[in-house]
Amino acid sequence: MTPAIKVEQVTKQYRELRALDGIDLDVAQGEFFGLLGPNGAGKTTLISIIAGLARATSGRAAVMGHDVVNDYRAARRSLGVVPQELVMDPFFTVRETLTFQSGYFGIRDNAAWIDEIIEHLDLTDKAHTNMRQLSGGMKRRVLVAQALVHKPPVIILDEPTAGVDVELRQGLWRFIRRLNEDGHTIVLTTHYLEEAEALCGRIAMLKQGRVVALDTTQNLLRKHSGCYVDLRLIPDVLPAVLQPLVVAHADGGCRLALNDYVQLEDIMAAIRSAGIKVQEMEVMQPDLEEVFVQIMQNA
Amino acid sequence: MTGFYTLFQKEWLRFWKVAVQTVLAPVLTAMLYLLVFAHTLRGHVEVFPGVEYASFLIPGLAMMSVLQNSFANSSSSLMQSKMQGNIVFVLLPPISHREFFMAYLLAAMGRGLTVGAGMFLLTLWFVPVPLEHPLWALVFAVAGSGVMGALGIVAGMHSDKVDELSVFTNFIILPLTFLAGVFYSIHSLPPFWQKVSYLNPIFYMIDGFRYGFFGRGDVSPWMSLAIVSAVFAVISLSALWLIKTGYKLRH
Repeated sequence: MTPAIKVEQVTKQYRELRALDGIDLDVAQGEFFGLLGPNGAGKTTLISIIAGLARATSGRAAVMGHDVVNDYRAARRSLGVVPQELVMDPFFTVRETLTFQSGYFGIRDNAAWIDEIIEHLDLTDKAHTNMRQLSGGMKRRVLVAQALVHKPPVIILDEPTAGVDVELRQGLWRFIRRLNEDGHTIVLTTHYLEEAEALCGRIAMLKQGRVVALDTTQNLLRKHSGCYVDLRLIPDVLPAVLQPLVVAHADGGCRLALNDYVQLEDIMAAIRSAGIKVQEMEVMQPDLEEVFVQIMQNA
Repeated sequence: MTGFYTLFQKEWLRFWKVAVQTVLAPVLTAMLYLLVFAHTLRGHVEVFPGVEYASFLIPGLAMMSVLQNSFANSSSSLMQSKMQGNIVFVLLPPISHREFFMAYLLAAMGRGLTVGAGMFLLTLWFVPVPLEHPLWALVFAVAGSGVMGALGIVAGMHSDKVDELSVFTNFIILPLTFLAGVFYSIHSLPPFWQKVSYLNPIFYMIDGFRYGFFGRGDVSPWMSLAIVSAVFAVISLSALWLIKTGYKLRH
């Protein structure tokens, strides 16, 4: 099957800065894909190239098999983008904005679908309100709506929940999850890693314009198979051999970082032979945030 | 076609939604020019024999309004969209560079011609103006608004800030318009400045337009049309090329 997004050896040079340094990426149709990385890693640049907002210095990108430069009309028709910046046209109302956006994509009579999006995004009350009068969260919803007017098979959301309150964030995710269940391919960038962990089936991590990790979310979590152990001891004296493992002290206890669960055995043995008792113990799996930090440090 | 038409419609509505600022204000400005100049120079200046100065002035002022407002529409719309970031709504859809150009151009011409026509119709109450060759007047109004609308697209694409655009407006458009014979015939200038005026493309727009009213001008309307058409072709092709290459739009 044609990949929803195909990126081949894409580079982007801005004068001295190499924003993208040979990116290769395939996103399959129907995937919920996460694009993660620290600020300046090149996420937005990559999205801009896929969306035709920026031109790659070399390499090529395609959406649903359509080259974003040579076959830009078909590529753009297949793609909906929710930009990171909270932008809007202050001259028009919500409904006007959506009607114009439909027209730009060549759709004349789109009222029924616009009504549906407006309803799903809880914008019904605001349909005839000028864009200028909307709150930040409402403007964000309109941006999502604008990306959906032409029912694109592929949707890219560039940090859609930045500065959005919890209620809207949850509502937005419900809606986007539903779109994904309906067959839309979703590509998401976010700084909230718990969101990415909960939503994305596969994740690419970018650092300084390169892909430093690309795998399913499960594999990424599994590969970094270490864990944390929170210990409270009586007396509260950690055997010297365990000191190098300490990553934090808190509330009469300490946290040890283990590379593998197998190490648990050694820890217990060390505690036992020192004649110390365990008052409390908790073993924690790393979450995506920890995996992310680890990958970024090692990359 | 729907993409082009929608973008045109959006641009058209954009200036109508703030018509007080984009249509009424320039009409008022032109009327003030007319009132002040026509009143103070009445009886002192006779450019064309037998034609009152106020009558002479009206086509020039109307054309000045057409030109300035065509330029202002496309340039400020594009520059503002870039500044506010909402240009992305037009860049993400499958709109071709030709559709993009035509939509901004026609909306700009629409505003210029609306202001010019508004100003002209208002003056009819005060001053009689002959209309010897209406077709020539129309041709030059359309061509002039086209040139300035296209130039506005280039200026709007180039400018990232208000002051960058104001360099175009205040240091290029305004002097060229004022020195194009809006208020005088270039035959009243010293020979050197007459020659300089022939290098100003806006002179041909105003002279050709005025020919439509009085049946006389400083140069032949055919020559003016040829020059204005050539200028339009050069600016339009430049604008189209800039849009196609994504100059300051697609980074």
